[in-house]
Amino acid sequence: MSTSPILQVREVTKQFGEEPQKLTILHPISFDIQAGDTVSIVGPSGSGKTTLLGLCAGLDQASSGQIFLKDVPLVGRSEDELAKIRNEHVGFVFQNFQLLPTLTALENIQVPMELKGQRKGVRQDALRLLQQVGLEARADHYPTQLSGGEQQRIALARAFANQPAILFADEPTGSLDAETGAMIEQLLFELNKQQGTTLVMVTHDLELASKTDVMIPIKGGRLQ
Amino acid sequence: MSWKWIALMAWRDGRRRWSRMWLFTSSIIMGITALVSISGFQENLSADIDRQAADLLGADFVLESRTAPSPQAMRLIDSVAGISVANAREERFVSMLQAPAAGTSRFVQIRAVEGGYPFYGQIDDAPSGSFSGRTADDSGIWMEQTLFQQLGVALFDTLRLGQHTLPVIGSILSLPGQRSLQAALAPQVFLAHADLKGSGLKQPGSRVEYLYYFLLPEHISGDQLREELDQELDRLQLSAETIETVKEDTGRSFRDMTKFMELSGFVALLLGCLGVWSAAQVFVREKERSVAILRCMGASAASSFYIYLTQFVVMGGLGGAIGALLGTAMQFFMPALLQGMLPVQLTPCVSWTAIAQGLVMGPVVAALFAILPLARVRQVPPLHTLRMESPRRNISIDGFRLSVYALILGFLYLYTRLQMDDWRDSLWFVAALLVIFASLYGFAKLITWGLRRYLPSGLPYLLRQGVVNLYRPNNQTRTLVLVIGLGTALIGSVLLIQDLLIQRVHQAADESGANMLMFDIQPSQREGLEHLAREKQYAISETVPVVTMRLERVRGLDLNDVLGDSTLEVSQRAFRGEIRATYRDSLTAAERVMEGSWVGRVGPGERASVSLSESYADRLAVEVGDELEFNVQGLPVAATVSSIRKVDWNRFQSNFRVVFAEGTIDQAPQFYLMMANLPNPEDAARFQTDVVEAFPNVSVVDLHAMLETLSRLFTQVGFVVTFLASFSVLTGVLVLIGALRISKQQRVAENVTLRTLGADNRQIYWINLNEYLSLGLLAAFAGALLALVVGYFLAVFVFDMDYSPAMGTLSVMWFGSALLTALIGMLNSVSVIRSSPLESLRRNG
Repeated sequence: MSTSPILQVREVTKQFGEEPQKLTILHPISFDIQAGDTVSIVGPSGSGKTTLLGLCAGLDQASSGQIFLKDVPLVGRSEDELAKIRNEHVGFVFQNFQLLPTLTALENIQVPMELKGQRKGVRQDALRLLQQVGLEARADHYPTQLSGGEQQRIALARAFANQPAILFADEPTGSLDAETGAMIEQLLFELNKQQGTTLVMVTHDLELASKTDVMIPIKGGRLQ
Repeated sequence: MSWKWIALMAWRDGRRRWSRMWLFTSSIIMGITALVSISGFQENLSADIDRQAADLLGADFVLESRTAPSPQAMRLIDSVAGISVANAREERFVSMLQAPAAGTSRFVQIRAVEGGYPFYGQIDDAPSGSFSGRTADDSGIWMEQTLFQQLGVALFDTLRLGQHTLPVIGSILSLPGQRSLQAALAPQVFLAHADLKGSGLKQPGSRVEYLYYFLLPEHISGDQLREELDQELDRLQLSAETIETVKEDTGRSFRDMTKFMELSGFVALLLGCLGVWSAAQVFVREKERSVAILRCMGASAASSFYIYLTQFVVMGGLGGAIGALLGTAMQFFMPALLQGMLPVQLTPCVSWTAIAQGLVMGPVVAALFAILPLARVRQVPPLHTLRMESPRRNISIDGFRLSVYALILGFLYLYTRLQMDDWRDSLWFVAALLVIFASLYGFAKLITWGLRRYLPSGLPYLLRQGVVNLYRPNNQTRTLVLVIGLGTALIGSVLLIQDLLIQRVHQAADESGANMLMFDIQPSQREGLEHLAREKQYAISETVPVVTMRLERVRGLDLNDVLGDSTLEVSQRAFRGEIRATYRDSLTAAERVMEGSWVGRVGPGERASVSLSESYADRLAVEVGDELEFNVQGLPVAATVSSIRKVDWNRFQSNFRVVFAEGTIDQAPQFYLMMANLPNPEDAARFQTDVVEAFPNVSVVDLHAMLETLSRLFTQVGFVVTFLASFSVLTGVLVLIGALRISKQQRVAENVTLRTLGADNRQIYWINLNEYLSLGLLAAFAGALLALVVGYFLAVFVFDMDYSPAMGTLSVMWFGSALLTALIGMLNSVSVIRSSPLESLRRNG
């Protein structure tokens, strides 16, 4: 049975500023990502990896081209429409964790479910995810009371809270030491496999990238 | 968008920050406390006036005449007495009360009563029932408690009143409508009307009020009676008062005061609003990352905005509730503060309207003033999770911003309009408020810009670093200059005006060269009195003849013509009451001819010539050359208006609305007033006793005592105004503390950086002190400048005075405010200054 790709990127560009100071970050880029794949976008600093990730995840608007996420075009949509798409289909893991500092670990995981409108079993689902990342004892702790590795585990649990179709990760181990980073990597792949999520990861760590099914190398805003 | 989720998130986000939000809330609490306490006071006062109006009047219906009623007027008075259940009469005037044994005397208000006055209200007396249970045969004096001490007498001692010697048979402990100030100027003395006969107190020219009190049967309404008799009363030059008119008149006279108080409370609340505005601005900057995360997870722009707005509204609501509670508690302190100035006994009650006002205003102002800063939340893109420096989404909120500005202006106007009767006054008030806020804000902008551009690089580092901190991001320097400046301006203006008023009274006394006024001097007593003064070598600055008369015709129109034609410019009030005129051949130093020419003397057989004061000419609607006809104690005197004078009424000297040229009324029955200069209060007291002993009917006012009373009045009023302004100052202090707390993290980071670079404790203390001192000095300077301008407008346009501000007082205000700012700043920075580098690294790591 043939299915359409979960993410289709068509001739997407990104420019900043106006002529004559216009700066092109991404030259026309096109690629597809199949559902269930694990993909890494690799390249040196300033190559446009994070910009591309932001566009694919609907966090930013492309200057031209089109992006389809589960056949839904992202370019030209309003911010609130994109927010809804993100909430239903997308999960995020960031380099600097991005937990809400005023919420406990458990509440951080609950937020995506609550935003989706889930009324029942939110707390139980969040607790289950906490168990999966091994932090059930830290449910009521605030981010400042957790170590970097623990914060990233909470972020992972939150990313999977709505069983997203696709998970975007921006240098997920970039802020962690080697040992903790390895543990997070393992957890990320494990959860991804369990839930059958498509994983798109930005990294400059080639060893980590080598663990993904597909590698998209990028340099100077162009696919290599 | 689920409101339940928004509320939940607002709670989750706010629960660990309540202590920080509490500070901005406390500024709302102060504002609402001021508003609720003043609004509650207004309601209580109004209810008390309504409740006690009958007590104030003492009857259902009162007829009053400024002169002895004519036979026709007496017939009307008798006819009202005929339909009444009971009636009483009173003659009221000022005179001297003498204690021969103690060798003392006092200027008092005499109230000679006959009948069962008062029919309503309680007069507390001692021995109990001595006055309230008096009989027609009782002969003696009942006087206010303070007089016993002032005269140095005891109950049953004998006092002299005119030619009579009467025992003190009772003490009046409290009277309805009695005010402490009135009691200080002329305490009240009651006696039986029969005792007035033969006392010699009432002489030709004495200013006596005749009052007739009626207790009406239930089926007759005082107001209806007043309406029915209206025309007749005007014709007979009588005025009528009912319980309703007392309610209206008393309410009206205090409306301005309560309005002023309420607007002062509103200014305090507006300062609280600035606190909200400033807190919301910093709040949003701190929240940008959280907003981006929420947006990333799928929260809409609106829900992110509402999460934070909810927090402000809830805190505003809490502030409103606490403010309402404190404001209600304040009601119970109001009598101690204001009772002396009020005619009714203030009964502190819980005002539900005022509480409701506080409960509504808290969340409303919090929302209104937080919306604009919080609106920036809507512009935070989710991309901030990946890059903080990413550009904001270009969400146009110009229309939104304009709508909020319009809402704020609308709110300011609406609230002011509710306090003021006139829409123009309300507009002026709002405009003045905006100009004041804009000037202070502009000044603050100028300071930060000027410091950034022109701060000399050669200044010592510790001073330079302290000063440049004023323009660090998020420092809220402009807001702080506004609140500190406004607080200084408010208190500064009050002090300046209080100082000016006291100065004016002293200046008036100094200019006139007199400090004792004597009046009701009969022609036969004039020489004797002058002789008495000369004997003691006291200078007499003036002896002026006074002739009483009535106005009969204005440009040929009499009272009947005016009553019959309402289109005429002449007011019927012009014909009411007695005129006290003089005659002389020259102008005094306090007068200047504005129109026409001064005529000092007319020859025998020539037409009388009269000069009118500007305001009196306006009231009569007459010009130079117009004809007037006076009734000089039975004799008609026609006069031509030869000039209109500007009179400086502020001088302590005799001034008259009507001045005749010499040669017309010189021979009319007259009395004199005399002004003398006594070297010191002791001589004044002795001379007063001598005068009263020799001339019992002559009234003496000692300017020393009057100045003391006026100073007390200004201090009392000044205290009330300062008390009201202190709400604003306290709000300003809270906003200041709030601003310091909000920027605490940043200050800690800065201090830690300085420490890691090698700065020691002393240097960090100095940098902080320099920052707060320069902030205080600059902000208070702006406030002092504003106080100077406000003082100028008040002095020149309201009080009509020359403006010579007390720069010493203002300088003290300036430095005082600066030191207070520095003190509050330093007290709130101790933990910031003491934080160790490691602690900060941990916190921020």
